[in-house]
Amino acid sequence: MESFELKRSKDSVNSDQSAHWSSFPDEVLERVLSRLKSHRDRSSASLVCKDWYHAERWSRTNVFIGNCYSVSQEIVVRRFSRIRSVTLKGKPRFSDFNLVPENWGANIHAWLVVFAAKYPFLEELRLKRMAINDQSLEFLAVSFPNFKALSLLSCDGFSTNGLAAIATHCKNLTELDIQENDIDDIGGSWLSCFPESFTSLEVLNFANLTSDINFDALEKLVGRCKSMRVLKLNRSVSLEQLQRLLVNAPRLAELGTGSFSQELIVREYEELESALSNCKNMHTLSGLWDAKGIYLPALYPACTHLTFLNLSYAALQSLELAKLLPHRRRLKHLWVLDTVEDKGLEAVGLNCPLLEELRVFPADPFDDEIVHGVTDAGFVAVSFGCPRLHYVLYFCRQMTNAAVATIVQNCPDFTHFRLCIMNPGQPDHLTNEPMDEAFGAVVKTCTKLQRLSVSGRLTDRTFEYIGRYAKNLETLSVAFAGSSDWGMQCVLGGCPKLRKLEIRDCPFGNAALLSGLEKYESMRSLWMSACNVTMNGCRLLAREMPRLNIEVMKEDGSDDSQADKVYVYRSIAGPRRDAPRSVLTL
Amino acid sequence: MSKPIEHDYIGLSEQPFPSMEKSSDANDKKNGLRLKDTELRLGLPGSNSPEREVHDQNVLSLKSFVSGAKRGFADALDGGVKWVFSRGSGGGSEGLFSPRRGGNNNGGNDLSGPDSGLGGPVSKDGDAQNPLVVQEKKCQVASGSSHGNGNTSATASNRAQVVGWPPIRSFRKNTMASHPTKNDDDYNAEAKLGSGCLYVKVSMDGAPYLRKVDLKIYGSYKELSTALEKMFSCFTIGQCGSHGVSSRDGLSESLLIDLLHGSEYVLTYEDKDGDWMLVGDVPWVMFTNSCKRLRIMKSTEAIGLAPRAMEKCKNRT
Repeated sequence: MESFELKRSKDSVNSDQSAHWSSFPDEVLERVLSRLKSHRDRSSASLVCKDWYHAERWSRTNVFIGNCYSVSQEIVVRRFSRIRSVTLKGKPRFSDFNLVPENWGANIHAWLVVFAAKYPFLEELRLKRMAINDQSLEFLAVSFPNFKALSLLSCDGFSTNGLAAIATHCKNLTELDIQENDIDDIGGSWLSCFPESFTSLEVLNFANLTSDINFDALEKLVGRCKSMRVLKLNRSVSLEQLQRLLVNAPRLAELGTGSFSQELIVREYEELESALSNCKNMHTLSGLWDAKGIYLPALYPACTHLTFLNLSYAALQSLELAKLLPHRRRLKHLWVLDTVEDKGLEAVGLNCPLLEELRVFPADPFDDEIVHGVTDAGFVAVSFGCPRLHYVLYFCRQMTNAAVATIVQNCPDFTHFRLCIMNPGQPDHLTNEPMDEAFGAVVKTCTKLQRLSVSGRLTDRTFEYIGRYAKNLETLSVAFAGSSDWGMQCVLGGCPKLRKLEIRDCPFGNAALLSGLEKYESMRSLWMSACNVTMNGCRLLAREMPRLNIEVMKEDGSDDSQADKVYVYRSIAGPRRDAPRSVLTL
Repeated sequence: MSKPIEHDYIGLSEQPFPSMEKSSDANDKKNGLRLKDTELRLGLPGSNSPEREVHDQNVLSLKSFVSGAKRGFADALDGGVKWVFSRGSGGGSEGLFSPRRGGNNNGGNDLSGPDSGLGGPVSKDGDAQNPLVVQEKKCQVASGSSHGNGNTSATASNRAQVVGWPPIRSFRKNTMASHPTKNDDDYNAEAKLGSGCLYVKVSMDGAPYLRKVDLKIYGSYKELSTALEKMFSCFTIGQCGSHGVSSRDGLSESLLIDLLHGSEYVLTYEDKDGDWMLVGDVPWVMFTNSCKRLRIMKSTEAIGLAPRAMEKCKNRT
């Protein structure tokens, strides 16, 4: 074993020789290891030998915790003493879709208290799916004098008052990034809380908020923060206001507009166009709420260097997109609404040869009467024109096995393939067969696949393919699919790199759950809801695998023996103590 | 063709399970607001059966048919199989949007047989639930944001809204809902379509999706409120119906007070001027001519509206 050899050579060094390559002074080792940025590399380095373990932990400044319950605060602070930046993820991903009960947990406060004591020089906090309330935000704002960057994604529990506290107290703030949170938007006055002397802000994203903001305060803020490079406005900011802001911030690299629909006179329109085209550094454009076709040409001169265009809140028609794209040949990332339809996607295929990522969101996901949107044809058209495509999220109402086979043939480099056929259990719309062969083609052809979301009518065959071929798969999302336990068993028996498995509404039961006993400790987590797992099955799992946390959430009125929602995750912190009553820990 | 009134939020369609068609008197059941009547069902697209039969019969038939187990996947995909959602155990306002209820409920215990895909979750009368019951997450939706997008039209799909499906984050759902993706022309055209349709959106605080109602098909506030009550049956706007309505065309002042103080929710509307008013102030016809959209608002938020409405009432009488 590597570590053993190193140890041996080290011993022999100590005993009879002068400096050997492995006996670096600690400082040098730390210097070298501090260059390592990737968490995985650091984890690997820390396993080499004790010296490396210590050097690594002394030199680490950034800690990433993918499941806040997998480790305790005490363990983290004991191991790492020089942390400047923390990334924490909390709830299971399905909480984004209302599948996780209220008050499930993942509250940041206990962490903040410990960090305040042990990492007083903390600079960055990035949270995803955590619960954070205003008191915690205030505590954060006053406890860390060097605090620079706060990023909240898909969190809940706080209001704009918490943001006011941050603005008031964080004198060195460079980043305030509020994205897609469940935030109680009381009003826009929080923006006025940035003091007059405050100039350090570089990233400001409040697109998540819905209420009107104090534009005057915003304008002044943008005016004095000369280093601002990312500005994402909310919908309440009008086109005219946007123009005024841009005049003061021509160095913006990322812009999220407000509402892109307002009656403009010619002069105002020209001013807007001019302001936009002055932003020579702009590579990312988003927002564009309610974008009216007639104002889109204002974007044409501005966007020649764009690499990321997010139109997913602009209900563009296919022609409008077709007109917008021809000057966007450098686009690498494109998000659109399915209002652009297949014709719009054809335009994508024709104009964006460098495209790497495509996301197509549904404009009317809950309306069955809609007959438009995108289909297999649009996806195929993109695949012909964009061979570098490797990330796709595609919501559609119909798909065929043949189309997917063609798509992956054209784009074999997929790393993320998330296909959502919106009607659960829908078969190939031409042949009426299950979509097994489609996903079979994906896993066979795309050897680099890391993330897969399946949909449509699927039998166990799909999972046989996945288990057998998806050697690099890390995240798998399954809904309304499979025929029997065998399907899930195939996945758990194959997929050597599987880390996250989330399943809903599938006929997998105890046999499937228990077939993954050894696997779960090498995974971050497993979620199963509305499947056929019972309490007894979960208890058995808990008994066999004491180092896993097994949490069951039951529904009102369901059978006592059913385990309606099960969340299994590895943890070195033991079962958590803050679970609400609705969550049973086994 | 059925009227929207018969379709509650989840496409409450009174369709029998194909293999257990029993003749039943649709009309008898329609009037009673019983637990079974508000059973919610999921029908697959293209599987509209022409009969609108009552489904409580079907609940019983389901029970015997599948004895609580999930339906076979293949069965579910045969045209015409309906997925049934039980509203919830017991009475009360538990149901779709009750925050007390959990979301997915599991149907039967053992799924025997090879063809046990999700299939049609079967509801039992009361107890075991289905995974596909819509759940309302009690989230602090910002007052400015609106609710989810639920543009089911009157001729409605009978597809139920499955919890958390399609998998779209709340922010996007709420954002798309508050502004229709159709451009203005289409929207107005739809409003003018088909002689005398007057669709307005109805949103409810806390509900993830909107509904649309055709105001022209109702003749009075009572009819409207009954319809809305059914549509959003789990919420306690049922106060509207249960108090009855005075003989005047409109809600009585005391009823308004009852609404405000007794119920959690009140019904408000946005008129042509963009003002939000309490429903019931003006004569029915005037209301339908000026109402642009409806909102079922938490009564605590409606406090500001009340005095004006009262004043208006007083001024009028």
